[in-house]
Amino acid sequence: MRFLMTMNGGGRPADEQLYAAMGRFVEELTQAGVLLATGGLSMTGTHMSASGGRVTMTDGPYAEAKETIVSFALLDVRTKEEAVELSRRFWAIVKDGEGDIRQVLGPEG
Amino acid sequence: MPSGPDAARASIEAVWRLESARIVGALTRLVRDVGLAEELAQDALVVALQEWPVNGVPPNPAGWLMTTARHRAIDRLRREDRLAVKIAEIGRSAEDDQRTHGAADFDAVLDDDALLKDDVLRLIFVACHPVLSTEARIALTLRVVGGLTTDEIARAFVVPEATVAQRIVRAKRTLADKRIAFEIPPPAERAARLASVLEVIYLIFNEGYTATAGSDWLRPELTHEALRLGRVLAELAPDEPEVHGLVALMEIQSSRNAARVGPDGAPVPLLEQNRGRWDGLLIRRGYAALLRAEALGKPVGPYVLQAAIAACHARARTAADTDWAAIAALYGSLARLTPTPVVELNRAVAVAMAYGPERGLEIVDAVAADPALRDYHLLPTVRGDLLARLGRTDDARAEFERAAALTRNERERAVLQSRAAAL
Repeated sequence: MRFLMTMNGGGRPADEQLYAAMGRFVEELTQAGVLLATGGLSMTGTHMSASGGRVTMTDGPYAEAKETIVSFALLDVRTKEEAVELSRRFWAIVKDGEGDIRQVLGPEG
Repeated sequence: MPSGPDAARASIEAVWRLESARIVGALTRLVRDVGLAEELAQDALVVALQEWPVNGVPPNPAGWLMTTARHRAIDRLRREDRLAVKIAEIGRSAEDDQRTHGAADFDAVLDDDALLKDDVLRLIFVACHPVLSTEARIALTLRVVGGLTTDEIARAFVVPEATVAQRIVRAKRTLADKRIAFEIPPPAERAARLASVLEVIYLIFNEGYTATAGSDWLRPELTHEALRLGRVLAELAPDEPEVHGLVALMEIQSSRNAARVGPDGAPVPLLEQNRGRWDGLLIRRGYAALLRAEALGKPVGPYVLQAAIAACHARARTAADTDWAAIAALYGSLARLTPTPVVELNRAVAVAMAYGPERGLEIVDAVAADPALRDYHLLPTVRGDLLARLGRTDDARAEFERAAALTRNERERAVLQSRAAAL
C-alpha cells in the first residue's frame, strides 16, 4: 500500500537541529525499506483552475501557507496503521505543524 | 490517532511489524538464542495487546515494546539464574559483546542504533542459515525478520498453519542444537551465507510473483514483503553488489505488476504488456539499485545480470525497441556464471530475436536432450516458435502439440493448441 504523507507550511521554521533530525528520520525510513520517494516543494508556483474548460493561471506565492503542501514522503507499507505510526514519529520530531496521510489509490492498492 | 480497542490492536500490529526484527535481534544478542528471543518478544507483544486497548497506545510505542521485551529478558535470565552463565558465554565472543556484560548495560546495547542494525543483519543471516531447509528458512525469515504471524505465512503459502508452526519450531531447535552463532559470517563463509539469504528473499518474491493458485489475497503481499526485505538488506549490507542486483531485479519485476494480468485474469506475456501501465517509479528505483551495484566496481553476479536484463526490457519504450543483442550478451554472461539449461533456453530466445531463428535453434537443440528439460513445456514452446518462424510448419505444429500436452496451465494449453491449429 502506498501512502502520501504531506506536511503543510506555516509550522515552526526549520533550524539546523530539525534538519539533522529530519535527515535521521529519512535514514530510518530508508533502512526500514518503506520510503519510495521524498522531497520538498517550492513556496512559489502557479495555481491552476478551470471552469467549464476555461483555464486560469495565477502565479504564487501562496497566501495560505497552512493550506499549502511544502514537503512529502511517499511510503510503501503493509497497512494504514504502519503509515500512521511512521507519520506519528515524523510529527514527534517536527513538534509543531500539520499535514495529512492519504492512501495512493491505484492498481498496486 | 484513532482510539478504541480495535485501533489499539491495529497500532500494535503495525508497530510490531516495523520493530520486531530490531527487538528480536537485540534480544538474541542478549540471550544468544533466536527461539528464546522471539518468545520473549512475543511476551511483550501479549502484554501490549492486554494493556494498550485499556490504557491507550503509549507515546512511544516502539520504545515501549523494546523496553518491555528487555525487562522480560532480564527477568528470564535472572529467574533461571542464567545471567552468570550467559555472561561467561558472551565473554568468549566478539569484542562488542563486552557491552552486554550485566543487566546495567542492557540499555546501552538496546539503544545503540549501529548495534541494532548489526543485530538485524545477524538475524537475517541466522534465519537464512544453510543448516536449515529452504522451507524452514523462508518461514523463519518471514516470522522473525518480517514480523508476520504464523497464520499469515501459512495463508500466503497455502499450507496449513500447523505446518508453518512446526517448521518454525524445528528451525529454532536446529539453530540451538547446532549452536549456530549469532554473527555476521566471517569472510570465508560470507559469500555462501549471503547467497542463501538472497535465495530466500527471491523465493519469497517469486512465490508471490508467479502465484496463480490458492487464496491469492495475501500473495501480492509476499512480493511486497520480499521487496521490503531486500530494501532493508541493501541498507544493512551496502557493499554487496548482488544485494543491490536482487533489489533492482525485484523493483523492475514489480513495476510490471499492473500490466502482467489481463482484465480476464489471464497472464499477459512481457512483450505483449501495455508498457504504459509499468510503474515508472519502481523502474527508476530498479535502475538506481543497479547503478549502486555497478558503482561498487566488483565482479557482477547472477542477480545483477538478471536485473540488467530486466532493465533492458524496462528501457524499451515498445517491444520492438528491445535491445535483443544486449540481452543476448547478458544471457551469455549469465550462462557462464550459472550454466543451466533454462538459462540457455532464455538465451536462445534472445539470440533468435537478435540474430534470427536459426541461431536460436542451434542453442535450443544443443540443450534439448538435457534431462532437466524433459518435461519442461517451454522447451517445445520455444522450439515450435523458432521452427514456425523458419517455415518448418509440420515440425512446429508437433512441438506446440507436445508443449500443450506438457503444460499444467489450462489457459496456456488452449493458447498452444490454437497456435498448433493455426499453422
